[in-house]
Parts: sequence; C-alpha cells; structure tokens
Amino acid sequence: MSKILSVSGRGIPLRGNDIDTDRIMPARYLKVVSFEGLERHVFEDDRKTNRGPHPFSDMRYQDAAVLVVNSNFGCGSSREHAPQGLARFGIQAMIGESFSEIFLGNCSVLGVPCFTADHDTIDKLQSLIEQSPETTVDANVETGIVTAGPLKFQASMPAPVRDAFVQGKWDPTMMLLDKFDEVRHVATHLPYVSGF
Amino acid sequence: MADTLFHKVWNAHKVRTLPSGQTQLFIGLHLIHEVTSPQAFDMLRQHGWKVAFPERTIATIDHIVPTSSQQRPFLDVMAEEMTVSLERNCKEFGIKLYLPDTMEQGIVHVIGPQLGLTQPGMTIACGDSHTSTHGAFGAIAMGIGTSQVRDVLASQCLAVEPLKVRRIDVSGQLAPGVYAKDVILTIIRKLGVQGGVGYAYEYGGDTLDRMTMDERMTICNMSIEGGARAGYVNPDETTFAYLKGRQFAPSGAAWDKAVTWWRSMASDRNANYDDVVRLDAGAIEPTVTWGINPGQSVGVSERIPANADPEALAYMGFEAQMPIRGTKIDVAFIGSCTNGRLSDIEEAARIVKGHKVAKHVKALMVPGSREVAKEAEKRGLHQIFIDAGFEWRGAGCSMCLAMNPDKLEGRQVCASSSNRNFKGRQGSPSGRTLLMSPAMVAAAAIAGEVADVREMLEAVPA
Repeated sequence: MSKILSVSGRGIPLRGNDIDTDRIMPARYLKVVSFEGLERHVFEDDRKTNRGPHPFSDMRYQDAAVLVVNSNFGCGSSREHAPQGLARFGIQAMIGESFSEIFLGNCSVLGVPCFTADHDTIDKLQSLIEQSPETTVDANVETGIVTAGPLKFQASMPAPVRDAFVQGKWDPTMMLLDKFDEVRHVATHLPYVSGF
Repeated sequence: MADTLFHKVWNAHKVRTLPSGQTQLFIGLHLIHEVTSPQAFDMLRQHGWKVAFPERTIATIDHIVPTSSQQRPFLDVMAEEMTVSLERNCKEFGIKLYLPDTMEQGIVHVIGPQLGLTQPGMTIACGDSHTSTHGAFGAIAMGIGTSQVRDVLASQCLAVEPLKVRRIDVSGQLAPGVYAKDVILTIIRKLGVQGGVGYAYEYGGDTLDRMTMDERMTICNMSIEGGARAGYVNPDETTFAYLKGRQFAPSGAAWDKAVTWWRSMASDRNANYDDVVRLDAGAIEPTVTWGINPGQSVGVSERIPANADPEALAYMGFEAQMPIRGTKIDVAFIGSCTNGRLSDIEEAARIVKGHKVAKHVKALMVPGSREVAKEAEKRGLHQIFIDAGFEWRGAGCSMCLAMNPDKLEGRQVCASSSNRNFKGRQGSPSGRTLLMSPAMVAAAAIAGEVADVREMLEAVPA
C-alpha cells in the first residue's frame, strides 16, 4: 500500500458547522450496490437550494484536492458513500476545525488524511482560497505543516492515524489478518464466544 | 483497580496494538443490512477473502424495505436489486439473513436486542451510526463505514482508537408526558451535537436505573446525535430480565455464568471518568426540535431562542422567539430505531385512543420489527391507530431517512419520533422535521399542530 506523505493541490472552502452526511450524500443515492458515480451527487440538494453559488458548483474550485471545512464536518449517518463521493470528486485531503468520528474513520480507511486547526486559522485559509482560488494548498502529513500562499500553520492529526498514512498502513485489513492466531486466542477467551 | 465498563470491555476484546498505533479490537457481534454492505462483499471477493467468523454476523433488510406492501419482488427495482444482492452475499459467505418473509425481520437495532443477540460485555459493530442503541445492554457498540464492514467480515476486527468516557448522571422523577426521548434531546441540547466527539457516554443515575430496556435504547440510540460514537448503560436486573428466554440469550447452566460475567463487566462504583455531567430529570419537559440538527430543541412551552442559528431558521421558515407550540404539521411519523418499539406504540396508543387524526395530517405508524407489529396487533393496538386515521404499516426504517417510498413532499412539516432533523432527511430536499417523543407525535397528529401531550394525558386514565 502506498505511503501518503503529503497532499498538494487547489483548495475548496466550504463554510458552516455541523454539515452532516445526509447533506454530503442524500440518502436516495445510497440505493446502489457500488460506489461508482457518487461524485455526481455530492451536496446535490445543497447545491440546488443554496442562495449563492455552492462551492461544489463553483467552476473556480472544480479541480480542488483539499477541502477546507469548519467544525463537526461529516456528522450524522455513518454512510461511507459521503467520503467516497468526495474522494471520487477529487478531494484528497481535508482541513477543518473538527470532524465527526465515524466520518474521520471512513476517510482514514480511504486514504484521505483529515487535518484539524483552530477556527481563526481555518477562516484565514478559507478566505485566502476564496480570494485566490488558484493558490496551491500543501498539507504535509508527516509534519502537519500546511502552506498556502503566504499562510503557513501547524495542523494536527491523531498520531496513530498520521503514522498509518506515513507508513502506508492506512488500509487496515491486511494488518488485521496478519496475526490471526491472536484473534482466535481473544475470541476463545471471551465467555460469550465459548458459550459461558 | 476500579474501572469503567468501557475499559473492561475494551481490554477484553483488544487483540493487540497495530503497527500504526491503533488498537485491533475483536468484534463480538456484527450486524449488517442492505445499504452499507454490498460494496464490502465486493471488496472481499476482489481480494479472495473469506468471512472469518460467519456465525458472528447477522443480516436483515430495513432501510429500503417498503412498508405498504412487502411482497417480493419489490416494486422499486433498486430496492429489489439491493435485497437480491444481500441474499446472494449472505448465501455465498454463510451468513444468517432475516428477510420480511421471516418473523425475525425488522430494523437492525430493534431485532438485535429482541432476538437476544445483543448482550452485555460485547463489542458490537454495524454499518449504521445508530449502532450505539445496543449500548443500552452494557455493550460497546459503534457505527462503522463500509470499508470497516469489510474489515469486520474479513477479520472480525476493527482498527480503532479508544474513546474517553463521560458519565452522564440523570436523577429525579420524570413528569408524566416526559419520556426517554425528552431526556436524550435535553442531553444533546445541553452538551451540543459536537459535545460527545472523542467520548463514549455512560448514562446512569436513578432515572436511568428505573428505565425499561426500551427507554434505555432510546437514550443510547441518539448518543451519535450528541457526537458520541458509543453510549451505554451498565447492565443490571432490568437488563437480565429482558434477555432471559430470548432466542439467542444463554440458557440453562450457561445463564447463571453469563449473569455473573455480565455483572463483573459493569463499571465499578468508584471508577474514574474523564468527565461527569449531572442532569435533573424533574426539570425536563416534552421537548421539540425547531432547527436542522438534534441539538436545536426547546421545551414545548418555550420559544425558539432569540439567538437561534439564522441558517436553521431560514430553512425551517421559523422566526426567533416564536413559540414552537402551535406549529402546524402536515405529516406525523411514529417509528424508527429510536422509537419504534412496543412501549412506544403503547404510549402513543394511549394518546390516540378515541381521537381522530386532524384532517390535513397524514399519519404513519411504522413498527420497528415484525415481532413488534405482531405483539401490538395481538393487543389490538393497530386498531386504535387505524380507527384514528393512522396508516398501520409493515416494519422498516421508513420515513426516518426515506430510502423507501415513505417520503415528505415539498416543504411539508413532519412531527417525527425519529432521530435526525437534518435538511432533506425525510426524503424531500426542502422537507422539515420536528423531532419529539412518540406520545408528542400522537398529540400533534390529533391537534394538527405541535401540542403539549401533558394536557392530553390529563384526560387519559393511567
């Protein structure tokens, strides 16, 4: 599996707290048996009803790789269809004030690093991208340092998640299968598995 | 050393520390459904992986199942395809599947406990955020995404990081007309929809001690709405009495051993918590959401806050300082994994009995499982709803997330016993949801507007 050391590309700013996965991927698009094509429906209802142009419909951000959000992004439903849609849209990393736990776990397994920083820093980054959409945002997974034009700041990520990206161990199935005798050992010692 | 249930369960299921630093956690019970599992099975096939412990995964269909007629093939071609796909996957990998032609079918978080699959001291995972429901039994139950469903299928394990534990102590007597739903909505209002990020919530206190398992499930169900991935209640006599005699619960000599082990997994009296919050149950009134997240709620006698979020107000078409009571509704929905159990139906029936649904209101009563429906019908409850003008439906998730034909239209306002009032949640991109208890939904259905169930209860013999 490939190591993910940094993500570099244009940014897309999406303002607002508590943006839930129903908004990222409306439930009617979960009626599928594969994730293919979900990028077409990212924020579909928000894009139609937004008063101004929604960032995901704004041509200036069409090639963006780094999504910049506010707090509790991805809350609500555990649907992986949401981060799958974002990843297939081209999002390779996210920087935000905070992320919902399940969403963060889904992103990690997909190889999409999510960085956090405080409100003022995020606001500055969003404003910068809004003013100069062509700015390259560079997020270094190993150091947590984010640079974008004149902006440079230290972002964070839980150490085990960071290490998983840096070591190329972010897709855990192989690791989980690696010492399967230990799994069996734990299972047989659980009273409810052995029938009490 | 004194410890919490969370840590005891975590330690009993920890396989090892992965090279990444995450914990490899064994999952005792894996529940799957038609929406978040098909891609996981495809990934297994791509890699040539088997299901490691097929007997530890149970499948049902709930999200897309129609509730008006459950005759196969389903009229919705995609719903049928997803069902066929789950049937094929379960057959190929040796997994037990409950379809609507079996009495066991229902919402995954209703049938797990009902069948006695959900037990204290377990780790439970399901590709659904409301997996936290199962914590009511003293299990650590977490919602996961599809790639993690793949991981559990392939290895019966997850790569995860431990959570902190916040004790939420609720004490005092709930007033008549105030329910578990009002307690959890109040907790979320108080701590915020982000308050639980990084935490498991341990609910306790004398109010929780007196609660039935159905009520505890309602509370744990909405932990995720407060940002907490898991929520639990320590197992006690109420838990054991609920489980005894259920299909998958231990029996005979194993029962006593099980109870001993379950007791030992409960948090110790002097356990340390990362945080403690106290709440007075007596101060809670019937609660209604006015906004677009479950933290945006008020007591039914209160007004929408003066500093209410403008985005939420604009979407809902409300104004700050408006009373929530008297808000006209178009649809009433009773059901979901939050409030689709027998006691919810019974309580709503008490309100509905002898009344008629307001003329302009479409009212749906959707039992959480076939078993719940059967029990309710045995007691004649379905007739009370039908006589009042409710539609009595088959079991499923229905209008909680509207992946089946049950959807809001346009800007309809729905009084709903479900768990999320997100924009567009109930199937119409501009539809509006007011979350409340099933009894409050029943009251709103009759009044045609948000009403105070306490006043209606005064007229009902206990």
